[in-house]
Amino acid sequence: MRSDDSPSRLIRFAAPAIVACILIGAWQALVVAYDVPAYLVPSPVAVLRTLVADRVLLLDSLLVTLGIALTALAIAIVLGAAIALVFVQSRWIEASFFPYAVLLQVTPIVAIAPLIIIWVKDTRIALVLCAVVVAIFPIISNTTLGLRSVDPGLLSLFRMCRANRWQLLTRLRIPSALPYFFGGLRIAGGLALIGAVVAEFVAGTGGAGAGLAYQILLAGIQLNIPRLFAALVLITLAGVALFALTVWFSRLALSRWHESELEHRD
Amino acid sequence: MEADATPVVEIVGATKTYATGTRALAPVDLAVSPGEFVTLLGPSGCGKTTLLNLIAGLIAPDAGTLAWWGDGFAATGGPGRRLATVFQAPTLMPWARIAVNVRLPLDLAHVPRVDADRAVAAALALVGLSESARHFPRELSGGMQMRVSIARALVTTPDLLLMDEPFGALDEFTRQRLDDELLSLWATRKLTVIFVTHSIVEAVFLSTRVAVMAARPGRMLADVAIDEPYPRGDGFRLSTAFAGYCQRLSEHVARAGAAADSPA
Repeated sequence: MRSDDSPSRLIRFAAPAIVACILIGAWQALVVAYDVPAYLVPSPVAVLRTLVADRVLLLDSLLVTLGIALTALAIAIVLGAAIALVFVQSRWIEASFFPYAVLLQVTPIVAIAPLIIIWVKDTRIALVLCAVVVAIFPIISNTTLGLRSVDPGLLSLFRMCRANRWQLLTRLRIPSALPYFFGGLRIAGGLALIGAVVAEFVAGTGGAGAGLAYQILLAGIQLNIPRLFAALVLITLAGVALFALTVWFSRLALSRWHESELEHRD
Repeated sequence: MEADATPVVEIVGATKTYATGTRALAPVDLAVSPGEFVTLLGPSGCGKTTLLNLIAGLIAPDAGTLAWWGDGFAATGGPGRRLATVFQAPTLMPWARIAVNVRLPLDLAHVPRVDADRAVAAALALVGLSESARHFPRELSGGMQMRVSIARALVTTPDLLLMDEPFGALDEFTRQRLDDELLSLWATRKLTVIFVTHSIVEAVFLSTRVAVMAARPGRMLADVAIDEPYPRGDGFRLSTAFAGYCQRLSEHVARAGAAADSPA
């Protein structure tokens, strides 16, 4: 199986890498050929040079933003799963509170971030709160759906065995919900980062605790476009890393039994 | 068979109408004695599964009485009064290894781990799947998954085994092999079985008695004893007596179908 699998795996990594090389090469060639000034579009080489030169500043900012996103993600996971568990206890609770969860989801974070930043004194806590608001919904909705999506046959079996509420939850509902939960987690990981960046933009705090969004803001004002691009690259890389992390977790938990994580076996 | 023994389960005049207005069961009587292999045979919609769920205690009848081992309602589960069900699908937990799946009824009943593991090993040996204990359900074929489901039912040493079209989704070869295995389990473990199927051939091959049901509303149409010695094998499948029973049951089933078509 492994020998059949390796060429396809090679393609999966090589193909996008080749596309990236072509695109970056074309970008570099066009910028050089038409002599585009760096304050409009910097060449990839210039961006890379800035990335290396400003590494201390940018990495500090990256760590700040990542810290906020990861903290928010962790809170969203714990809180979201807890809320989903409460929701499935009764249709009444879900009917009463689910619309408010939706409200939280559809309200643009840019619109409420200023309020949160005014109300919460500590900026860091305010930023985390904003990111939680953005990231929590997919966790709540997916986990709720998963906790309800129990095989009716297994439910009958548990009932016949006189399983109590606790056994039903820990041995049937939670395992059944895991694939749905991880689906929500993949979305929430990216959203937590977006939430953190948007909140930083709104807060606009500089100084020692400045995140990547602030570096972008500042670089834009100073027309330091190569640094702006460098910060952008770091945000994108952070997003990809977060996504990869959630995929890895999901694979770790589901690979042995769930269809979505099975390797192709033909 | 043993008319004077206390029936394992006795249903008198049970009716069931669902909230949708479907009359699933007109008054139905059924008594099953210890050691019997009774098959409920009938067209779809004749209330076989409803009757089985009634016996399993998953639903309550609207009228009529239901007694297990001579007692009224809620008298199952104690020593010597255990029920187990094998469903249409294997209904295994995909996230749990085979051994954990089979151990589930014992775990839910808080049976000590050492005893439970011993019972699981014995049950898996009975269905010939000792090798697969550490596998996950998806790694097994449909027939093997059904065997796991049977092992999970047998692990509690049930006094009454309910089987709801357990082999309906399997191919004919696998089904015949599992029928053979089921009969030998029934004989060696002295089980009492209530089996639901819509296959006349399977009903004749397995049962000591076949209850033919008609649809809309579900009711008993005929009760046919299959007076043939066990063990039954391929010889029985090819005998004229077998064909005769199939013939008789086909006529009943045809009547059941005709009854369903005419206005009730």
